[in-house]
Amino acid sequence: MSARPSTLAARADVARTAEVRLSVEQVSYAYAPNPSQAPLFTLEATSFQARAGEIVAVLGPNASGKSTLLKLISGALQPLSGRVMLDGFATHSLPTRTRAQRIAMVQQESQLVFPSRAWEFVLQGRHPYSRTLHFESETDLAVARNALAQVGAEPLMDRWMNQISGGERQRVILARALAQQPLLLLLDEPTLHLDIGAQVDLLEALRRLAAENRYTVIVVTHELNLVGEYADQVVLMQRGRCLRVGTPAAVYQRELLEQVFQAQLSVELGANGRPRVSLLSQGG
Amino acid sequence: MRPLTVGRVLTRCALLAVVLFLVIVIALKLGAVPVSLYALGRDVIRVALHQTSELSSDYRLIIFDIRLPRILLGTFVGASLAVAGASFQALLRNPLADPYILGISNGAGVGAMAALLLEPHIPLAAGIAALFTPLGAFAGALVTIIAVYFLGRRKGEIDSNTLLLGGVITASFLSALQMFLFNTVMGRDLHGTAFWLMGDLSTAQQPIVSWVVRFGFFAAAAAIYTTASDLNLLLAGEKEAMHLGVDVRRVSLVVYVAASLLTGLAVSVSGAVGYVGLLVPHAMRWLFGSDHRILIPTAAFGGAIAVVVADTIARTVVAPAELPVGAISALVGAPFFIYLLRRRLA
Repeated sequence: MSARPSTLAARADVARTAEVRLSVEQVSYAYAPNPSQAPLFTLEATSFQARAGEIVAVLGPNASGKSTLLKLISGALQPLSGRVMLDGFATHSLPTRTRAQRIAMVQQESQLVFPSRAWEFVLQGRHPYSRTLHFESETDLAVARNALAQVGAEPLMDRWMNQISGGERQRVILARALAQQPLLLLLDEPTLHLDIGAQVDLLEALRRLAAENRYTVIVVTHELNLVGEYADQVVLMQRGRCLRVGTPAAVYQRELLEQVFQAQLSVELGANGRPRVSLLSQGG
Repeated sequence: MRPLTVGRVLTRCALLAVVLFLVIVIALKLGAVPVSLYALGRDVIRVALHQTSELSSDYRLIIFDIRLPRILLGTFVGASLAVAGASFQALLRNPLADPYILGISNGAGVGAMAALLLEPHIPLAAGIAALFTPLGAFAGALVTIIAVYFLGRRKGEIDSNTLLLGGVITASFLSALQMFLFNTVMGRDLHGTAFWLMGDLSTAQQPIVSWVVRFGFFAAAAAIYTTASDLNLLLAGEKEAMHLGVDVRRVSLVVYVAASLLTGLAVSVSGAVGYVGLLVPHAMRWLFGSDHRILIPTAAFGGAIAVVVADTIARTVVAPAELPVGAISALVGAPFFIYLLRRRLA
């Protein structure tokens, strides 16, 4: 993870001047087994904006509402109040197919009942553009090849998905999302089962893709230092409340992080101006 | 990267169509009246072209009025069960799903019996009355798959093990219910019950029922085929499919109704022929891959071939007596089910 202050500064400038693409406006939600019962979980009104080329990380302990917020952004859930606007359209109101052309979701893990090869898996990303039976066109193949190349997974093209490593599989899953040619890329704990090298590779790839393809990337994760290093904005959540939105340097306040994560932490600024978090022992 | 093309689907289907034709000719040959394969092949084509004047009446009666309708019924029963099995495996994300194992065939059987019992009490035109049993079987299959689906759900998602267990229990309960109805209300003997429960193609069908089975197969299989690329994505789960642009609710509705119709039609004319919906889709996946755009049509041909072969064995192996066709398919299918289960657990 090398420090590249000039690149980071340029990136921040680009992000600031780009148009607002995603606007989360006072979005709230409540889970209840049935309408007559009190909700088991409530997400309080949350707002933030994201621009093209920007990476926004949603951080918080377990059950803080991160994944619910991601589902609301994806349009899979209808907000109780407020709205999520993507390029002027409410994501929940978009037809399923149109939504899949604009929003790609990378889940924690993709379960396969029957094995498929990596290229077959990536071609699934072209489904939103297909007609009924969807026999793939030359354009689909070119997009899929390009998507695999963009995440450095071309050599894996003919491999079976159940015979590649977790890191390789995550790259192929990301390639499928890229094949959707979305505006918005959503990732739900994509680093969960990856070793530290694969985690850095994935975040590097996201950084590069956000800059090159002008994606807006929203990533839910627990990795404080990766977020500090690669995100442009952080949305900090706790027990269904959005506590703060801002740059990593602005959000990573020691007292705030200690209160949210219930641990003794230290926060330092690295040579590139990015915050780094360390866990302190009980004795300090 | 070798994506699936229309040409590849058509050539594989053509190959299987040739195999099916040969199997039908061999099945026509086997039996009490000896005929040469060459003569049979020639005469089958003559019958297909409606040039039957050159055939002797006895020969035509045995080969083309008795054996051929039974074999054709077997092809549609086999094709229906195999397409239904492939569809249920995708929708339920379970490689062990099969209309028989999940109790859907037995549900169709109970529905068919209920229709048979109700039919005399409802004033219907003769032509419509004949369709009452297939309709009852379809309703029975649909109600059973809905019940099994909800039995198999845990925390809002389908759980493979709970689903299988729920299906097996449902099958056992409905099988007992059929046996009870057969032996009490309907007054049939145990021999007839066993043939119904194990699947049997020996009962002659009214022409209108045969036509409904054929038309129903083409309509339901075509409806399922329009969702073939959606089924590929549903294998990854409903949420993932939705994020890839699949209208999960519409596809599920179309496929559950169409696959229940296929099961109901097959059961209404043959009883519960087991394991065809399990064995054949797996064999076709092994041969041609798991893409549903090629799996659905090849499973239809494979199912037809499998049931015609099984029925030919059933009616010749202990001649002049007969075995239920389901006994032959279960002899092969049950060990294969155990093999798949062991592999999945491993």
